[in-house]
Amino acid sequence: MVLLLFYFFCFLIVVSAFLMLLTRHILYAAFLLLLTFLGIAALYALVGADFLAVSQVVIYVGGVLVLLLFGIMLTHQPVGGQPSAAPQTESRNLWWGALTGIGFFALLAQVIYKADFTSKAWIVSAESQKRLLNNSSIPHLGANLMTHYLLPFEIIAILLLVALVGATLLASRKS
Amino acid sequence: MNPQISAFGMAFLFILGGIVLVLLGLAVASLLRPHRPNVEKLAAYECGEEALGSVWGQFNGRYYVIALIFVLFEVELVFLFPWATVFGQKELIEITEGRWGWFSLVEVWLFIGILVLGLAYIWAKGHLEWLKPQPQDTDYQSKIPAKAYERINRTYQKNKT
Repeated sequence: MVLLLFYFFCFLIVVSAFLMLLTRHILYAAFLLLLTFLGIAALYALVGADFLAVSQVVIYVGGVLVLLLFGIMLTHQPVGGQPSAAPQTESRNLWWGALTGIGFFALLAQVIYKADFTSKAWIVSAESQKRLLNNSSIPHLGANLMTHYLLPFEIIAILLLVALVGATLLASRKS
Repeated sequence: MNPQISAFGMAFLFILGGIVLVLLGLAVASLLRPHRPNVEKLAAYECGEEALGSVWGQFNGRYYVIALIFVLFEVELVFLFPWATVFGQKELIEITEGRWGWFSLVEVWLFIGILVLGLAYIWAKGHLEWLKPQPQDTDYQSKIPAKAYERINRTYQKNKT
């Protein structure tokens, strides 16, 4: 059943990613990106990365995508009351783009193929201790955040403060 | 259910599956249903009113600032989430004789406080202010004098009592 779920969500990701590339309507592409993000979150949950899955949904689906949609709705100028179907600019560097994409895919495929995941030291030790699955990683993460990584935790707050003030000042600058 | 996925992961998958199934239902329906649009059908429904203009309008740029602030507070929430699972743990509090609870509480208040400082700054600088449209006075002069309205009001008041 787990394998079935895995393939279902993989299928969802691949199909929505392809449709996103093929669609001419930028708003549809954004909504298809939503499906891709959800599928990736499901894959995280399937491999036992609870925190990553929740972060994916909260930040990417709930935040980044909303920002993206706002960006489209703020800048997208409809032509004659209808959304413009054809892109306004010509597509350039088609061959170089395709070559880069295929090359990157080949590189990733080779790395995944060559990497021997089953004999990695930390995976072997985790597997022998039966810690890999069935255990939510979140309380462990929280305890570490409050002890070993307390200073980074507070520095993150300052980083977020800088981002908050900076982004707002840039976004609401009077032209 | 399945030992390979944690209980949380299972619940999470159900949530995601629920969201995806709604979309799948719509997609399948769009394949099966007849597709015979006309102008009347494609018009936007505005509570029975005749719609003015296009649906694809541009949004007010102010929304973007609000969305930015929302995303940053959301990132903060992601960090609070693992904290919330450990801060009230009984064993940890008992081991440290209650110091753990106070310590983590103060640290998180500091964490939130720094960001609230940013929000207060933005608020004080007026970036959250909404651009309200100014009501414009017209030079239209009504032919009905204000006294007529007063008389009508008085008549109805009398009838009521």
